[in-house]
Amino acid sequence: MSFLTLEGVSKYYGDFGALVDMNLAVERGEFISLLGPSGCGKTTTLQAIAGLIAVTRGRITLDGRELTRLPVNQRGLGIVFQSYALFPHMTVAENVSFGLEMRRMPKHERDTAIQQMLKLVHLDGHAARYPRELSGGQRQRVAIARALVISPPVLLLDEPLSNLDAKLREEMQFELRRIQRKVGTTTIMVTHDQAEALSISDRVVVMEAGRATQIDAPHRLYEHPKSRFISSFVGKTNLLPGRVVRAAARSAVELAHGQQLDVDPGDFADGANVTVCLRPEKLFFTDAIDGALAGRVEERFFLGSQWLYRVLTPLGELEVSCPNDGSSPVEEHADVHLAWANDVARLVEASA
Amino acid sequence: MKIAGRGVPFALSAPALALFALMVLLPLAMTTLLSFQQYDQERGVQSGFTLASYALVLGDSYYYEIFFRTGWVAALTTLLCVLIGAPEAYILSRMGRPWRSIFLLVILAPLLVSVVVRAFGWSLLLGPNGLVNQLFEAIGIGRLKMLYTPTAVIVALVHVMLPFMVIPVWTSLQKLDPMVESAALSLNASPWTVMRRIVLPQITPGLLSGSLIVFGLSASALAIPGLLGGRRLKMVATLIYDEYLHELNWPLGATIALALLVINLAIMLSYNAVLEGSYAKRMGRS
Amino acid sequence: MKRTGPLALVFHTLVTIFMLAPLAIVCLVAFTPENTLSIPWGLSADAYSLRWFKAAFEHSDLMQSFWNSLGVAFFAATVSVALAIPAGIAIARHEFPGRQALNGLLLSPLIVPHLVLGVAMLRLFALLGARGSSLWLTLAHVVIVTPYALRLVVAALSGLDRSAEQAALSLGASHATVFRRITLPLMLPGITGGWMLAFINSFDEVTMSIFITSPQTVTLPVRMYMIATESIDPMMAAVSALIVAATAIAMIVLDRLYGLDKILVGQH
Repeated sequence: MSFLTLEGVSKYYGDFGALVDMNLAVERGEFISLLGPSGCGKTTTLQAIAGLIAVTRGRITLDGRELTRLPVNQRGLGIVFQSYALFPHMTVAENVSFGLEMRRMPKHERDTAIQQMLKLVHLDGHAARYPRELSGGQRQRVAIARALVISPPVLLLDEPLSNLDAKLREEMQFELRRIQRKVGTTTIMVTHDQAEALSISDRVVVMEAGRATQIDAPHRLYEHPKSRFISSFVGKTNLLPGRVVRAAARSAVELAHGQQLDVDPGDFADGANVTVCLRPEKLFFTDAIDGALAGRVEERFFLGSQWLYRVLTPLGELEVSCPNDGSSPVEEHADVHLAWANDVARLVEASA
Repeated sequence: MKIAGRGVPFALSAPALALFALMVLLPLAMTTLLSFQQYDQERGVQSGFTLASYALVLGDSYYYEIFFRTGWVAALTTLLCVLIGAPEAYILSRMGRPWRSIFLLVILAPLLVSVVVRAFGWSLLLGPNGLVNQLFEAIGIGRLKMLYTPTAVIVALVHVMLPFMVIPVWTSLQKLDPMVESAALSLNASPWTVMRRIVLPQITPGLLSGSLIVFGLSASALAIPGLLGGRRLKMVATLIYDEYLHELNWPLGATIALALLVINLAIMLSYNAVLEGSYAKRMGRS
Repeated sequence: MKRTGPLALVFHTLVTIFMLAPLAIVCLVAFTPENTLSIPWGLSADAYSLRWFKAAFEHSDLMQSFWNSLGVAFFAATVSVALAIPAGIAIARHEFPGRQALNGLLLSPLIVPHLVLGVAMLRLFALLGARGSSLWLTLAHVVIVTPYALRLVVAALSGLDRSAEQAALSLGASHATVFRRITLPLMLPGITGGWMLAFINSFDEVTMSIFITSPQTVTLPVRMYMIATESIDPMMAAVSALIVAATAIAMIVLDRLYGLDKILVGQH
């Protein structure tokens, strides 16, 4: 029996389905990310769990307790809003204290809890400051502290890092993870940034147009995307259209210009149209050996830790990425050969 | 955020609604009724329906003259407010930080001082021995009669109404993106063209809105014509004052008051129509 | 100042002088030692006198009307704010049939000339026998100043971050607690600004008040109007100077609280 379950949860605005038939089972202590582009329904899911919106259909249960009809102020969940939603007229300490006051915790206990929490988020010197005196990153930590101090069964984060600049965002990702591991709270985070979702979640729920399309651990999601959308949304990929050719001895996928690729067709039938996904980091430059793909480097980009090449091949334009391991990079306009390991190509459905 | 039932907003607004129904809607309805009642010099207001007051107001040239005078005074005031207020608002919007707020305050603060005080101040300035005449004498124009003429009334009205023109124009100017002007200049437009084709069209709603407010307030002004116009220079407001408090011909006073209200409302509605029409199509709802 | 040509500066200076002139003259004449309206001149101390201020304070009718105005303005502002808060919440936060109409009605005293309102209420008061009543006069003032209170309350509510209220709810607060501890404190500058603006407008009001005040309830501006139409002496100037000074102080307080330009210009 999982800790938090969503069964068939849907939210309709008139005819428009913002969230359709969401089924999710979250284990105690898990860190789940809801990932997808704008409008995919991830925020709607979070709001439904929080009780900020009422669901049209479905059930939400927490530790056996039915949450679905409970108003937001009776659910006891911790919420960190995208804008942080700090109380501007209260100090940091008063902000963090609010939830405890609502639970009628006596003052000396409150003070201890607040102290500990501020220490956990590294804000112990700032208790008497007002939100307007704090930086964006500090405000975010106050929001986290305020939500965590009430020891909620579930912590809900609505795009917590989107308002921070790139460097701070990276730091805060790991901070969030550290805090969550330390306290052990079941956490659900909404984000549109796939790198963020992959780096700190135990499982990722990829959403598109109101539905969950794949729920998996980050590594599995990345290596085995179930759809074209997922494979290009999560990480970069090369997409090649083709057709399955099953033969007794060996199955392959025939590509646009007749080349054959040795790929396991999985569940796809003979003659089915498919798309082959090849991740750029799985391709590598090699000598002109048998089976290697000839090509010419059109452009190259230096990304610090990697080199990204655009290579024109008979199969189309492919992106190849190589780590910046100190060896000299390939020149633009050079003639090259590409290869990849046997089992790294993936098949997903053909484009519509 | 749904709190309680559907009745909540009605319950919240009930006290205010009740007061306004009692003190605005009811009296206006009563005044409308009053305008149709008969007045007898000896016996006061009589019941019974008559259009006598309306006939008088619409027929007698005395009343036309007063409405006409009120109209052109209000119109001239409005024009002057546009010519002075709009450029001033523009100059203010171009000022740097501390000066802009200071001078905005200087222009707007007189709103908080009673109109009686301001009218009195002008009567001091514009009197036969007042400062303005002393200045005129010093520079060779010679003394002019200003007090108790339309001039004094208009000058004081412009003084009182100017903030009402500056505010909406200022608000329109605040919505302008200064980069748009820079873009036009970078495309070789002269500053005058920028003013005419970029700035002016965008502040037109502010100008219209300000003009309406100024015209409406000027047409119904009482204290200023009363103090600076003298007994002979009647405007609609002082006329109503006379009918109600001196002549005691309330039905007549009511008729004139209603006429004033109707004219005000008509102008407001036509403004909305203009705004909804051509302007909204071009600029989108703002 | 950026990019203001000399012509514009001259124009601006003239406008500034124009706006301040009547207020300045009134403050100067108030200090004249003469019996007639004249501007005190010279640097010696006896070119200036406080005699007209003294005369004003000793003028019993004037002082009575001052207290009348103060009382009416205080209660009118308080009642109007008390009405504007719930009505403002209804208008700013709820969708209901008649919302636009209600908003229009409560703001109508800005469009309906005070002259017409005064005349209309005179009729009502005559029928009710309410002419000498401070209560009815105050209620009339409430109507006049409610638009100012309402606009500021609605602006304060609209500018509030709703997510702060949602956060409070999520932390377990009841709706009443959210209103008491989050919404109301954040609205307070707007409410206070609205109160002060309502007070000032009630205190200054003359056009409607001329019609509905009686000899017992005469307010200060009406009294001044009556005095000014009959005889003019420097005492009027002294009273006016005091009003200008009081207004200046009120302006400073309003500015500290809320930002005077925001109040006067409004959030459009």
